[in-house]
Amino acid sequence: MTAAISVGGLVKSYGSRRALDQLDLTVLAGEVHGFLGPNGAGKTTTLRILLGLLRKDGGAASVLGMDPWRDAAALHRRLAYVPGEVSLWPNLTGGEVIDLLGSLRGGLDRARRAELIERFQLDPTKKCRAYSKGNRQKVALVAAFAAGAELYLLDEPTSGLDPLMAAVFADCVREAHAAGAAVLLSSHILSEVEALCGRVTIIRAGRTADTGSFEELRHLTRTTVVVETARPLDGLAGLPGVHDVMVNDRRAELSVDHADLNRVLEHFVACGVRSLTTTPPTLEELFLRHYQDAGDAMGGSAAAGATGDAETTGRIAEIEEAVA
Amino acid sequence: MNALTGTGRLLRLALRRDRFVLAFWVLGLTGFLLGTTHMSVVGLPTHHDVVNETRFMATNPGMRLMSLSAGASIGAYAMSRSYLTVAVLAAVMSVLCVVRHTRQNEETGRDELLRAGVVGPAAGVVAAVIVALAADLALAPLLGLAMIANGQPVAGSLAAGAAVAAVGVAFAGVAALTSQLASSARGASGLGLAGVAVAFALSGVGNMLGHVDASGLVASSAWPTWLSPIGWGFELRPFGGDHWWVLVLPAILAAAFIVVAARYAARRDLGRGVLAAKAGRAQASPRLRGPFGLAWRLQRNAFIAWLVTVIGFGLIFGSVSGSARTMTGNMREWYLRMGGTSHLLDAFFTSMIELAGMMVAAYVVQALLRMREEESRGRLEPVLAGAVSRPRWVASQLMTAGLGATALLAGFAAAMALAAGLVVGGTPGLLRDLVVAALAQMPAVLVIAGAVLAVFALLPRRAVAVSWLLLATSILLSPVFGASLRLPQWAIHLSPFAHQKAPALAVGTGAVVVVLACAVAFGVAGFAAFRRRDLVA
Repeated sequence: MTAAISVGGLVKSYGSRRALDQLDLTVLAGEVHGFLGPNGAGKTTTLRILLGLLRKDGGAASVLGMDPWRDAAALHRRLAYVPGEVSLWPNLTGGEVIDLLGSLRGGLDRARRAELIERFQLDPTKKCRAYSKGNRQKVALVAAFAAGAELYLLDEPTSGLDPLMAAVFADCVREAHAAGAAVLLSSHILSEVEALCGRVTIIRAGRTADTGSFEELRHLTRTTVVVETARPLDGLAGLPGVHDVMVNDRRAELSVDHADLNRVLEHFVACGVRSLTTTPPTLEELFLRHYQDAGDAMGGSAAAGATGDAETTGRIAEIEEAVA
Repeated sequence: MNALTGTGRLLRLALRRDRFVLAFWVLGLTGFLLGTTHMSVVGLPTHHDVVNETRFMATNPGMRLMSLSAGASIGAYAMSRSYLTVAVLAAVMSVLCVVRHTRQNEETGRDELLRAGVVGPAAGVVAAVIVALAADLALAPLLGLAMIANGQPVAGSLAAGAAVAAVGVAFAGVAALTSQLASSARGASGLGLAGVAVAFALSGVGNMLGHVDASGLVASSAWPTWLSPIGWGFELRPFGGDHWWVLVLPAILAAAFIVVAARYAARRDLGRGVLAAKAGRAQASPRLRGPFGLAWRLQRNAFIAWLVTVIGFGLIFGSVSGSARTMTGNMREWYLRMGGTSHLLDAFFTSMIELAGMMVAAYVVQALLRMREEESRGRLEPVLAGAVSRPRWVASQLMTAGLGATALLAGFAAAMALAAGLVVGGTPGLLRDLVVAALAQMPAVLVIAGAVLAVFALLPRRAVAVSWLLLATSILLSPVFGASLRLPQWAIHLSPFAHQKAPALAVGTGAVVVVLACAVAFGVAGFAAFRRRDLVA
């Protein structure tokens, strides 16, 4: 199968800051691919390079077999894009913007447009200045999905949508997938990616941290186990492959590496199991671990927490900027 | 907590945000009055000159549209020439300031954030008005000082400053009201500026319908002037009686509007206005589809406003052309030198067309800087993510601005020719000559367009400042101003505006080719550089 997107060793610097540092990303034709990473990891920069809005400093990038910089206009007839921060012309109506963006891509399907406006419950007669963030997002989504592209580049497309609309969005992605299109879905909402994507690429600090199907990635991680036993549980912490143990007399909560699951279960059985629940690893945990480990490597700071803090700090900075 | 709780805090925030913007406005207006008054002092060396020029201003209805002569003194003459400009700008400053801190805050969602704190619902509008009033009140003594520095009488100078400041005060009140009426920032400032236009029209008509005393030096207005805040500044008669009591009128108007605005702000929902936002079209018309349609749609309103303005100027200048023929003294020499001909009427037309070229160049700068706004606001991204190449997008912007500029020049020339034809006769010939002469300004306008494109492509973050600086330099170096500043000829030749003298002289085809070549060189550099660079916020 050919690749819809193939990126290798991509480098992009803003002055002395390296936004992308040897990023690799492959999206196969017809697949829905998740692109995960915290704020500032380089997701948007990557998408902008794939659109020919930014120029790469090094590495290779090809989209639908074309050069995203050189062949930008021809390439854009075949793809649709939804930006993360949708900024529209305040004095045009939503309907006008949908048609405009459609015409810039080379036309859109009228029936599909009407259907999507209905499904997203968008009022197309309102001026864009009156739209909320979610409604601006809907305008961009309708314009993209009414187009019928071969490839969809979606940059955190649900960030302003309510759960109902997020479900409509998910349906749209599935329909695009069924129609044979490839989708690159950038997000930090893990459940969304998990529900929609066959494969994911995790990006951290401008570099690919991991890529593969969920099955492949789950092998890297641990199962959470909650157990109650007849006799007190001793010596759990000493077992290989056991982490984050919390023992309360005859009840324990712990996580276990896949490879060591059998041995740990034997230990439980020896204590007389009364109840046992295991939870398969969610992408959430996978994700947290990626940054946890990276954080440990960088000097022991809890990276998951640090990510949250960075986000909060970013928001505050934005607000201050807006006030100034 | 009452409706005004937190006004002090919001006031400090507004002052912090505006510390440079308002300082530029106030100092810029002061510098402008300093300069224009100086030009009057230097340009009218004898009392005889003052009397001649004042009589021209007072007796000519076209000139009275913009001034109300208060007697034969340098101070009064300087006011006749500059009051309207400074007063309108002070009004614009007030309107933009109030809207910036009211509706714009609300539209961008900042107000929501602020109002979630211990802040009363009317605090925002009251704080905004206080900031605008502070700027207006700072303007009064500074403008007075600008005239005193030019050796004008103290009382008249201070009255002149107060006359201008009063217009600003009145429009701070008007904007407080429009910011509550409209439900968008653009609507609020649009309504406020429309108010400025109505005030100008009322005072212009009132002054025109007025009469001149027996000496021919002191004009007085008809009643419509009294309905206009701009007219009140005329009626204060700086250097001609100093009727200070007139200041009561703008004070009452501003106070009344502010109270109404604050009351309404305290009662209404966030984001609501008296005038609800209208629903628009659910589908784009076929004209909007594509980058050219978009460029035109974004320019349309500004273009129409410019067209109305230049046609208005064309009619005014055309209607005074009869008196231009009989001009004497300093003015006559200035036009002759400017026009480069001994035929006074042609010299007058030539200088007016040169001025129109500069105005239209300002339109082009504003139109093309839209490119930067589209880019920095993130609206270029979805356009280029469509099947639109960068050259095609730039071409659509250039084409729209270029066609607009051509229409503005032709419209100005046609209006001037029609009005002048009524006064001096020979309309068909005038129409042809003046339109050709005006279109001969296009190469110069295109040089500015090319330069703005190059700056946008090469220095995106500095594009706005550098583009306006280039235009200002070109204007300062041009024959209209360069000669008055006694600049050497080679410096004047650097300005793109220095190379055509039609209709006084035939259109110089050599100069057209050379100037166009410069425009093309800038344009090609701009196209090439923009193809190669990243989009930057």
